[in-house]
Amino acid sequence: MTQVPLVDIYIMGKKYTVPESLTIMDAMEFAGYHLKRGCGCRAGFCGACATVYRIAGDYELKVGLACQTKVEAGMYLAQIPFFPALKGIYNIDELTPGTSSIAAYYPEIYRCIGCNSCTKVCPQDLNVMQYIAYAQRGDIARCAVESFDCIMCGLCASRCPAHIVQYHVGILARRLYGKYLLPRALHLQQRVDEITDGKYEAELQLLMELDPQELKNRYNNRDLEA
Amino acid sequence: MYTSRMKELIRKVEETRPVRLGVDFPRMTPEERQDVLEKFHPDFIEAGFRQLQAGVNKGDRVSRELADLLEARSMIGHVELDLQEIVHDVDVLVVGGGGAGAAAALTAKKQGADTLLVTKLRFGDANTMMAQGGIQAADKANDSPAIHYLDVMGGGHFTNLPQLVYTLVKDAPMIIKWLEDMGTMFDKEEDGTMITIHGGGTSRKRMHAARDYTGAEIMRTLRDETRNQGINVLEFCPAVELLLDEEGKAAGAVLYNLETEQYLIARAKTIILTTGGSGRLHFQGFPTTNHYGATADGLVMGYRAGAKLAFMDTIQYHPTGAAYPPQILGLLVTEKVRGLGATPLNINGEQFIYHLETRDVESAAIIRECSERKLGITTPTGMVGVWLDCPLIDLIHGEGTIERQLPAMLRQFARFGVDIRKEPMLIYPTLHYQNGGLLLDEWGRTNIENLYVAGENSGGVHGRNRLMGNSLLDILVFGCRAGLHAAQKCEEVKLSKLTLDHVHRYHQQLQESGIDTAGRVSPLLLPRYSHREALEI
Repeated sequence: MTQVPLVDIYIMGKKYTVPESLTIMDAMEFAGYHLKRGCGCRAGFCGACATVYRIAGDYELKVGLACQTKVEAGMYLAQIPFFPALKGIYNIDELTPGTSSIAAYYPEIYRCIGCNSCTKVCPQDLNVMQYIAYAQRGDIARCAVESFDCIMCGLCASRCPAHIVQYHVGILARRLYGKYLLPRALHLQQRVDEITDGKYEAELQLLMELDPQELKNRYNNRDLEA
Repeated sequence: MYTSRMKELIRKVEETRPVRLGVDFPRMTPEERQDVLEKFHPDFIEAGFRQLQAGVNKGDRVSRELADLLEARSMIGHVELDLQEIVHDVDVLVVGGGGAGAAAALTAKKQGADTLLVTKLRFGDANTMMAQGGIQAADKANDSPAIHYLDVMGGGHFTNLPQLVYTLVKDAPMIIKWLEDMGTMFDKEEDGTMITIHGGGTSRKRMHAARDYTGAEIMRTLRDETRNQGINVLEFCPAVELLLDEEGKAAGAVLYNLETEQYLIARAKTIILTTGGSGRLHFQGFPTTNHYGATADGLVMGYRAGAKLAFMDTIQYHPTGAAYPPQILGLLVTEKVRGLGATPLNINGEQFIYHLETRDVESAAIIRECSERKLGITTPTGMVGVWLDCPLIDLIHGEGTIERQLPAMLRQFARFGVDIRKEPMLIYPTLHYQNGGLLLDEWGRTNIENLYVAGENSGGVHGRNRLMGNSLLDILVFGCRAGLHAAQKCEEVKLSKLTLDHVHRYHQQLQESGIDTAGRVSPLLLPRYSHREALEI
């Protein structure tokens, strides 16, 4: 048995000795926590495990996703289990994309003081302040594209001195962009119409009733798009 | 970061790369496929399964880990509950806050039903959120629902229930349209044409994607819409047992506040189970791609109430789980990576399998390469895997493709010191998907009246193997259908007394079958992890 190198970390101020190879999430479980809050997909996609930490002796407050960040010696950490945020309630079908369509629901975007805390804190390394700037200008397309990889963990909102909820701004921009600004897929509408008209019904019924061996033959000999 | 020994081995991959570029490895014949499955796929390892001794599926073969939960006592077996103290009284109760649950709730609400969605963790903590690669729909000119049908049936080895596959492929374009109408940001050409690629076992390029955040983009859109529609959502409040009425029809559920540890009674005219999969049961000791709450709760509750299970002896192992770095062990490397041209290679830098066989076949071939042929690469922690040559992607499609189309993958590996634009990934099959579940019909109905299912906790659509991109599709097709039917059904449901008699009867059956439950209670709700054992290398 090899001895695994260990480090001391401090979970909400309490010291635990854990293997240095673990993520923060694994280390908390190693320490004996049975997580309820602060744990979701465990793969960096859901934003449940936003964590703030500081390394002993260092002034800087750091952040990370507990499932995607390795422990370090002298880490003092706490998770943010929930962060209250105001979300605009809208009927997406009745919105018109324009310079003020985001500001109508989130006027506080104009309170941004340009401190860039949101960008510094983003575990996805998004340029959060920039996409808020796009939102201020009503540039929905750029706001949508720039914010796309957001996992809505809420760290940006937790640090914002202007009380902006950046991730809600982002999703409104993306929905406006996806619905109104990206061109519609005409082939999709056409196929929906064809199906509604029953165009494929006979062919599908035939396949469903086909002799199993004949179905297999068709499958094994079907042509493949290169 | 790769070790120097691993970096040395990567040189072999780099040496063979120019020779492999542009050359397609031959596909397996149907006989070769069957052979590798029977010899190497975990579904064929008898020790991983046992026969159920109680309940409607008595005699059926299921995974041991699931059998342990089905043959266990209810977690409310010894709790005194006043079933008349109804806290939530609604038309439609949706249990589970993933994609299927959200689709069901939105559709039920649209029908005018008073709808409540309860979920164990946060709304959106679900495998849906983690689905990266895409969603299938036959909406291109060279494609049709019939061609999609054939792909699905073949992928499932012709075991799928035809009526369900028919429903899946026919509704598919409507579902994509529904998502587009809600503002889901699909990858498109400048003229709006959907950018679509292949997945394992597809004969047409019909995989629609939103970068490699497809599931996340769909889930956050559905969640946003659910909130806009004012649907009541209870988080950290799973259902732990179904309630039936005196005629044996589903009539509500016992909810459990995870934080205050209180039980709450919810009465509903119809109930839709959308609790997802079971990867966190770690069948046969495999790591999993699944989210923290994937513990088969819906199967346990449904089974106790008498709902039938189907295809529970078949589990999907995704061929490409991360085998290194250890911090992301078992996490998903999306099939889109292979869809874009990355190929699996052994320690000598040689390809040994066509890169887009169906998932079961691809997985079995990788297991064979590492076990029988001993041509895998061993990591410092003793894991074995094969290379996935991802730098090929930028060579095939041009520099910047990985950055644009696989940002999540690029980010995840970079966090632990691996640049997938330049270095291959090390991968090994990982527990990914529950092919079976509670048997449903084309409206999501189970054999218990007023009980519906949709999504990963249902069984029958995919038969014994699911194709990539058909799960995001399945959860939405059947989520919407269950929501619609469950809402309409409410009008004819007459409320009567709530009971837990079925749980007592099930306990009796366990006892009569002589099963030693050994103190096991279920549903499990959350797995318990301690990594102490894993450290003893």
